[in-house]
Amino acid sequence: MEYKNEIRKITAAEFFPAVVHMKTENWRLVQICATCIEGGYEMSYSFCLRYDMVTLRLEVAEDEEVASITQIYPCAFIQENEAEELFGVKIKTIKPDYKDKLYRIDVETPFKKKE
Amino acid sequence: MAKRSIVPFGPQHPVLPEPVHLDLVLEDETVVQAVPSIGYIHRGLEKLVDKRDFKQYTYIAERICGICSCGHGLGYCMAVEEVMGIEVPERANYLRAIWVEMSRIHSHLLWLGLLADAMGFESLFMESWRLREKILDMFDETAGGRIIHSVNQVGGVQKDMDATMLNHLLEAVKDIESDIKPVVNTFLQDYTVQSRLKGAGVLKKDDAVTLGAVGPMLRASGVEYDVRMLGYGAYKDLTVAPITSTDGDCYGRCEVRLKELFQSFDLIREAIGKIPSGDINVPVKGNPNGEYFMRIEQPRGEAIYYVKGNGTKYLDRFRLRTPTTSNIPPMVEILKGCQLADVPILILTIDPCVSCTER
Repeated sequence: MEYKNEIRKITAAEFFPAVVHMKTENWRLVQICATCIEGGYEMSYSFCLRYDMVTLRLEVAEDEEVASITQIYPCAFIQENEAEELFGVKIKTIKPDYKDKLYRIDVETPFKKKE
Repeated sequence: MAKRSIVPFGPQHPVLPEPVHLDLVLEDETVVQAVPSIGYIHRGLEKLVDKRDFKQYTYIAERICGICSCGHGLGYCMAVEEVMGIEVPERANYLRAIWVEMSRIHSHLLWLGLLADAMGFESLFMESWRLREKILDMFDETAGGRIIHSVNQVGGVQKDMDATMLNHLLEAVKDIESDIKPVVNTFLQDYTVQSRLKGAGVLKKDDAVTLGAVGPMLRASGVEYDVRMLGYGAYKDLTVAPITSTDGDCYGRCEVRLKELFQSFDLIREAIGKIPSGDINVPVKGNPNGEYFMRIEQPRGEAIYYVKGNGTKYLDRFRLRTPTTSNIPPMVEILKGCQLADVPILILTIDPCVSCTER
């Protein structure tokens, strides 16, 4: 079967409209992944429509805030809370926000790159 | 207005094989809201890519969970192979498909036993697990381990099955298939089972898509989506079609899994019939440099393996999005409006795998 599996880089300004666009086009959210890069994080939001998969790739600085997409995709809450708790990505207005208590771990942001 | 109260459910509960906690907001006996809480067994296995090279990490991936071990090893290896452009020998692809389908049978039989146990149907529980033992024995014979199989490696598989082994597997599949029919009939036709499952925890088709359901949970709501249709590995040559149900209730989810058992038997037979001779792995040279999102159909649904390499033997990132992570939001939705007594059954029908989720 032929199917799409691509990564599209987007800017912070394009991010929210792009997610809204995916929603209006009936793409379902399949995963959110945070990765540490120099000076910040790479956030990957993957969506599927039938068997096609598109990943929106957003780079955020370490102290930069990124908007939660739970208003558009309520099912994003677990993976956004995970990115916030494990990596320290600043995601604002996650609903519900577990305030770094999704996983009951003692270490703060254990997946964040240490100096 | 009825009085509201909050009842904690879990993390230790007779129906839960692994710890998960829910705060259930009740009005009398009706659940009006459920707040999930996980994190009792988080192990941070993804972080181990910093300390184990990409070949060694297969060993870790296979130990993320005891039920989905084979699939995790496969998903991880296929993601790395995509990044490195490795062409796996066809025989290895077929062997992988056979083991993964055996894994699906073992997972579904385990789940059926747990469901029967949750309903208090002990003889059905014991019969389901008795049959599961036969599949575990076949794992032992073909892979050398009943639970953790360690068959995958980057570039192929570590173990081969000779003709005697394949014939024995065919016989075992035939035996299990004939033994399983009365169990399936009981699940689908017994009055007690129907009264507990029919009409309970309905997830509508649109909600299933919007809330990100995957696997039998999604297909039971009438959505034809099975990642094996992508044709990865040997599935490009095998006959796969998504098995669906329409009601979206607990019974539908049970029905999908029962039918998937027979689909897996057929796939094993087809794979054994078509398996080519030849090598089972290829030498791997160099290190992964690049990234890939690999999707495979685990027994519980679509799992996504993300691998990012930087040209060294250590990966920058490995990420696993498990089926249970995706099925928690729809689970919370179906709990709304249900009776407190139905909560254990509803939670079980998503077939939660907490070890995978808290990898």
